[in-house]
Amino acid sequence: MSLLRPRSLGAALGAMSASASNGAEKLIPFAGGTDLYVVLNAGTPPGTRYLDLWGLRELRGIRVGRAGVTLGALTTFREIRDHAVLRRKLPSLVAAASEVGAWQIQNRATIGGNIANASPAGDSLPVLLAHDAVVHVRSARGGRAIPFAELYTGYRALSMAPDELIAAVEVPFPPAGARAFFRKVGTRRAQSISKVVCAGVLKLDRKGNATHARFALGSVAPVTLRARRAEEALMGIPASAAALAAARAALERDIAPIDDIRSTRDYRIAVAGNVLEQFLRIADPRYLRV
Amino acid sequence: MKKAARKTATKASTKAAPRAARMTTRGTSTNGAPRMTVEMTVNGVRRRASVPPLKRLLDVLREDLALPGSKEGCGEGECGACTVLIDGRTACSCLVPAAQAHGARVTTVEGLAKRGRLTALQQTFIDMGAAQCGICTPGMLVTSCELLARCKGRVPGDDEVREALAGNLCRCTGYQKIVDAVRETARRAKRVAK
Repeated sequence: MSLLRPRSLGAALGAMSASASNGAEKLIPFAGGTDLYVVLNAGTPPGTRYLDLWGLRELRGIRVGRAGVTLGALTTFREIRDHAVLRRKLPSLVAAASEVGAWQIQNRATIGGNIANASPAGDSLPVLLAHDAVVHVRSARGGRAIPFAELYTGYRALSMAPDELIAAVEVPFPPAGARAFFRKVGTRRAQSISKVVCAGVLKLDRKGNATHARFALGSVAPVTLRARRAEEALMGIPASAAALAAARAALERDIAPIDDIRSTRDYRIAVAGNVLEQFLRIADPRYLRV
Repeated sequence: MKKAARKTATKASTKAAPRAARMTTRGTSTNGAPRMTVEMTVNGVRRRASVPPLKRLLDVLREDLALPGSKEGCGEGECGACTVLIDGRTACSCLVPAAQAHGARVTTVEGLAKRGRLTALQQTFIDMGAAQCGICTPGMLVTSCELLARCKGRVPGDDEVREALAGNLCRCTGYQKIVDAVRETARRAKRVAK
């Protein structure tokens, strides 16, 4: 087992680049260690060469812009929770950050790590998807931006090259007047891995027609996904109980949950539908109107 | 007394801060495996250990620094028995490579009492029967330290304490007494302050 502790992002990218070429054994980057050490402690190490990113200042910090925020990859969930602007402008991200593990985990776990770990149950991921986030990746060759919606290509598979590292994630503020939502359903209120986790953003115009709809879910498919059929069922239609029912029916065709250790397919379908209903009713009471 | 300890800690960590722990060729174990030197201020005292690169902070504390107060429960960040403070923030020491604590201030349960005098939190745990078998107690105490520090003299609500301690499991199911003890500590501190 070896551990590299680069002093700069440049050095880290150099190490990634070297490990990606000439058939070297792959280098496993990690930050707070909250996912990595679970598998190390279980005696199933994912490799023998590790790259510690925790000390890289270039990957820290929350930058607030006019249209959104850019979170350095090493931003911890505690930093997200405590950030005044995020609390006001991105409450669903703050809600997700507050439910990732408990305090001990939130102090160490990072947004970049949550993205890179690529678990279909990752708590912050539906929020990033529902807000049209963009992931900024870097390599010794340069940088590029990947829309979050295009990041995952399959179960725990990312559209990133072997020499690339996540540098930051940019989260646009939702359109003015939109309602944002986050809900995690697990076995216990705190600390549990989700059975279903979802985030939504919805905006209606004055007449009550939906003009912007995002509904993203985790733990219901091999990747975190947007319920595009459900969104389409809502778009351009006045808020009503019929629109809600149509969206709920469409949602069943968006998701592909499985029976596993944490829950069953049927339960997840029912809960995902219930949570969509809850979101719409909170967003606008007209979704209750028959 | 507390102040003095903090002062030493600050001094020591400033000294250690600029250099990151890195691999050393000098310190190799008997089988020639690489080791790295980790220096940190543990409970106000500057400590140093030469450890395998990915060795967990928990194991370094327990095995290399003879501080067995932090326990290992689940090994996956669920139970909180291994909770320590790193620069004032709680962390599961079973999920932290010791190398990442290099240059940091680490507080374990052993660092709470000073010269044999229990802290108000520890005394209140005893007074209110908040410790049963004791395995979760070090973690409960350490996490409560971060909560009380964040409250800055305010008495936290029941829900607030429960949320803060959500990552500390007690299998004796002594939660109510633990929550009560944490709140009572804050109340007593407030009375003293008045």
